[in-house]
Amino acid sequence: MLTKRIIPCLDVDQGRVVKGVSFVNLRDAGDPVEMARFYDLEGADELVFLDITASSDNRNIMKHVVKSVSEQVFIPFTVGGGIRKIQDIREMLESGADKVSLNSAVFSNPDIIYESSQFFGSQCIVSAIDAKKITRYSNVVPQNISKEYVIDSSTEWEVFSHGGRTPTGIDAVKWAKFMAEMGAGEILLTSMDKDGQESGYDIQLLRSVTNEISVPVIASGGAGSMEHFKKAVELGQADAVLAASTFHFGTFSINQVKKYLHDSDVPIRKTF
Amino acid sequence: MIKEKPLIGIVDYQAGNLRSVQKALEKFGARVLISSEKQDLLNSDAIVFPGQGACDSSMQNLKKKSLDEVLIRLIKDQVPFLGICLGLQLLLENSEEGIEDCLGVIHGNVKKFTPGLKVPHMGWNQVEWRIDHPVFKNIPTNQNFYFVHSYYADPVDNSIVAGVTQYGQEFCSAVTFDNVIATQFHPEKSGSLGLQIYDNFIQFVMGD
Repeated sequence: MLTKRIIPCLDVDQGRVVKGVSFVNLRDAGDPVEMARFYDLEGADELVFLDITASSDNRNIMKHVVKSVSEQVFIPFTVGGGIRKIQDIREMLESGADKVSLNSAVFSNPDIIYESSQFFGSQCIVSAIDAKKITRYSNVVPQNISKEYVIDSSTEWEVFSHGGRTPTGIDAVKWAKFMAEMGAGEILLTSMDKDGQESGYDIQLLRSVTNEISVPVIASGGAGSMEHFKKAVELGQADAVLAASTFHFGTFSINQVKKYLHDSDVPIRKTF
Repeated sequence: MIKEKPLIGIVDYQAGNLRSVQKALEKFGARVLISSEKQDLLNSDAIVFPGQGACDSSMQNLKKKSLDEVLIRLIKDQVPFLGICLGLQLLLENSEEGIEDCLGVIHGNVKKFTPGLKVPHMGWNQVEWRIDHPVFKNIPTNQNFYFVHSYYADPVDNSIVAGVTQYGQEFCSAVTFDNVIATQFHPEKSGSLGLQIYDNFIQFVMGD
């Protein structure tokens, strides 16, 4: 039986892992390779590296990071942040990334999902979607985007771009469906409302998306307790769960989560 | 028996990343040559045939350099051969994914998963061994390996099926025959158990 994946997410700035990594036993918690190794031993099923500066200069540094990780850590990993062009994708894959996650670039150039999945295969194209519950109707009219994805009275979540800073006027559920149809092999779905709250994943959002599409969905945003992981996969039907600070701060370890899920009859890869 | 470090040729046909495969082999003492040149592959002690991506474009790339013929010959000549993912699928005759003929070393076709299942089949799933092969030595049955694929190999000859996996149905996730070992999963992405396969493969090449 296919198991549910547990994925730590690492923010990388100028080739260093940043944001609240507080492990005592690591020689260098800022070293991406060291962190990747650590999480591999901890039972991570996959890793996500987000390049948070994502300037073109930084992309070369990121390529080195990707190379070193792929040479020393033998589990799958995704790279995201600042990837705009087919050439960027090619460079990351050639450096050793298994998948590339696309976010902001898709809004100015939706064809990139189709084109890149044709070039490189759907299995390595992840569409990252940052979604936020609609509180008032935004008056943003998306450019280059077909009307059918624009928010309307039935919309519950709006897509935001540029690291959650920019409303797009796009309906998140319809957009996820469109991304999968265009060739994305996986959706990384972040709830902006839940992100950093440690109050649990947005189950309704997850459920709305997983009901609509037939590619795997990674739940992101909101993990604070082990039960949250269970709810994301059982109620939200997520195929994988991603978390950052709960793992980085050592609130609990990946293997603790896995043991908890295993005891709750959720299929996982046993690493404890 | 090969005394020195064996030279392993990785077939380069623009079908996905080869870095992790190379590093995994080097970790266990192999010399590695990534090449799309006939002669390089013919001179290697063993072949690794990895791959990810579409069947048609991959077959076209192989044919452009006549590597299809080379691979068939190497397999006939009993050169140790490890196929991975697409490198398993292309050993069959045809694929529902495309129209190109595949290598046809294995009788049977490559099929799409039943509609209704999430594809790609992506993530860690268990492999139940059916054949006790030296390359799978020290790996218990029903351990998890990393998969990412939308099609699966369906060999006619059940006796070459070395491992099976459940995903909506049972499918063949490993084959072994003659000196060929091929897996649908990615050993180079399957943590320590996956690396064990590379270690075992190199021992196998060295004739231990």
